[in-house]
Amino acid sequence: MGKMSVDLCGIELENPVIPASGTFGFGYEFAELYDINRLGTFSFKGTTLYPRFGNPTPRIAETPAGMLNAVGLQNPGVEKVIAEELPKLRRVFSKKVMANVSGFSEEEYEKTAALLDKEEIVGWIELNVSCPNVHGGGMSFGTDPDRAARVTERVKRAVKKPLIVKLSPNVTDVAEIARACEAAGADGISLINTLMGMRIDPGTRRPILGNVTGGLSGPAVFPVALRMVWQVYEAVKIPVVGMGGVTSAEDAIEMILAGATAVEVGAANLTDPMASLKIVEDLPRVMEKYGIDSLADVKGAAHHG
Amino acid sequence: MKEVSFRILSNRPLTGEVFEMKLSGDVSDFRGPGQFAEVALPGFFLRRPISAADLGENSLTLIYKTVGKGTGSMSRLTPGAELSILTGLGNGYDLSRAGETPLLIGGGVGVPPLYLLAKRLREEGKAVRAILGFNTKSEIFYEEEFRALGAGVTVTTVDGSAGTKGFVTDALPEKPGYFYACGPLPMLRAVYRAVPGAGEFSLEERMGCGFGACMGCTIETASGPKRVCRDGPVFRKEELLWGK
Repeated sequence: MGKMSVDLCGIELENPVIPASGTFGFGYEFAELYDINRLGTFSFKGTTLYPRFGNPTPRIAETPAGMLNAVGLQNPGVEKVIAEELPKLRRVFSKKVMANVSGFSEEEYEKTAALLDKEEIVGWIELNVSCPNVHGGGMSFGTDPDRAARVTERVKRAVKKPLIVKLSPNVTDVAEIARACEAAGADGISLINTLMGMRIDPGTRRPILGNVTGGLSGPAVFPVALRMVWQVYEAVKIPVVGMGGVTSAEDAIEMILAGATAVEVGAANLTDPMASLKIVEDLPRVMEKYGIDSLADVKGAAHHG
Repeated sequence: MKEVSFRILSNRPLTGEVFEMKLSGDVSDFRGPGQFAEVALPGFFLRRPISAADLGENSLTLIYKTVGKGTGSMSRLTPGAELSILTGLGNGYDLSRAGETPLLIGGGVGVPPLYLLAKRLREEGKAVRAILGFNTKSEIFYEEEFRALGAGVTVTTVDGSAGTKGFVTDALPEKPGYFYACGPLPMLRAVYRAVPGAGEFSLEERMGCGFGACMGCTIETASGPKRVCRDGPVFRKEELLWGK
């Protein structure tokens, strides 16, 4: 069997499959279905300094080959995450987890990340500067290279764990933002967050989503995500985590060939709760089919003729 | 929750827009009435949440309205076809609170989960009363099925073309007892205001996953934010903040 393990910022993952933030809760609900230790790791629900209810419903709309969500970072706040969610996770997960952090000011990002950084179970901080569904936070930090660099630099000073900055596709030049984050001290880049979109109900003549706009994910965005992973891999030297519309082991391999060290799986978890596990289980077969002995060895292989 | 492959046994219209699909497959993960299924439809990304209208030894009945392209395509599926369905989702009705004369209040496609509830309550020997509300005579379905269970049935239509003219709240008995309501939001809110006693409401919301992962269907309740799919879809009256 080929070698599936990869090194993500100094921590070995048994395989590169990582359920993405916002599609996997705090893991323990999926642990009722299967042993989540079989995953590389997962990125838990985006956490902010204070509790957030999120946006009014409807928060979900279907699209061709995908979906829009406008959840708006609903979470119980970092203190409750540490006091209530992480203990539940520890009972079912023995690996390091990726802590997804969001905020509305540099100070909030810094405080939240610093608190989670102290938790033994946290392996990486994934800095979400790309949520399109909140106002005055999230994506507004990740669409400007200077602001992205400032928040990265500030959080980097406050944490010891590897810092992975999660980028938005809603920009003109994603490579420029990635370079700015790398220069500011990021240990890795993950991308893409969702693409901003909307739907209108002709019956009511109003936007379907309570928030008007939402983030597009699912297979529809895969080619866009793959292109951006390709661009960022060429732009930076730090590891890249690829995500956006990954639904199969083949998709994961494409991401790795484009330059991803590991691969996050998002919307697929919502239509099939076993989706991430199925990708893990299918990878050896697909690796063999394409003559891949080690995933780490073919990272970025599509860039070299 | 369990993913099960079901085979379609029948798929027939009950009215112009409401269809009844009977399927065979493993229903062991369903615990009782009020729970729902998430049906994967070929060519559509998200599953469709549909409550269980009836459960047999190895069979499931789903009653659904063709509201869009997805449910439209579902209505054209033929017997023999296989469907992937997530079963046993959500928390159903609490039968232990029914008392001796429970009142079931359903409106439109809110009627189906109450059929399974009526069946279970009748099995326990309860005197079930049901108020079933529709817009007009041609949209009435399952009236006879409720009667066949031995339930006392009152039908209301908004236009008065059958049964009592008006809304379900125009047909409330003097002593409602413990109630179970399912239907469109305006109907549920009207019941909330009109019935003074205790009861339960089954809510509907646009869902992403249907099993609690995406936070797509969260509502504010007396005990904080709750996911309709995982913490509901049935909520006790005192949990809802509609009176506030």
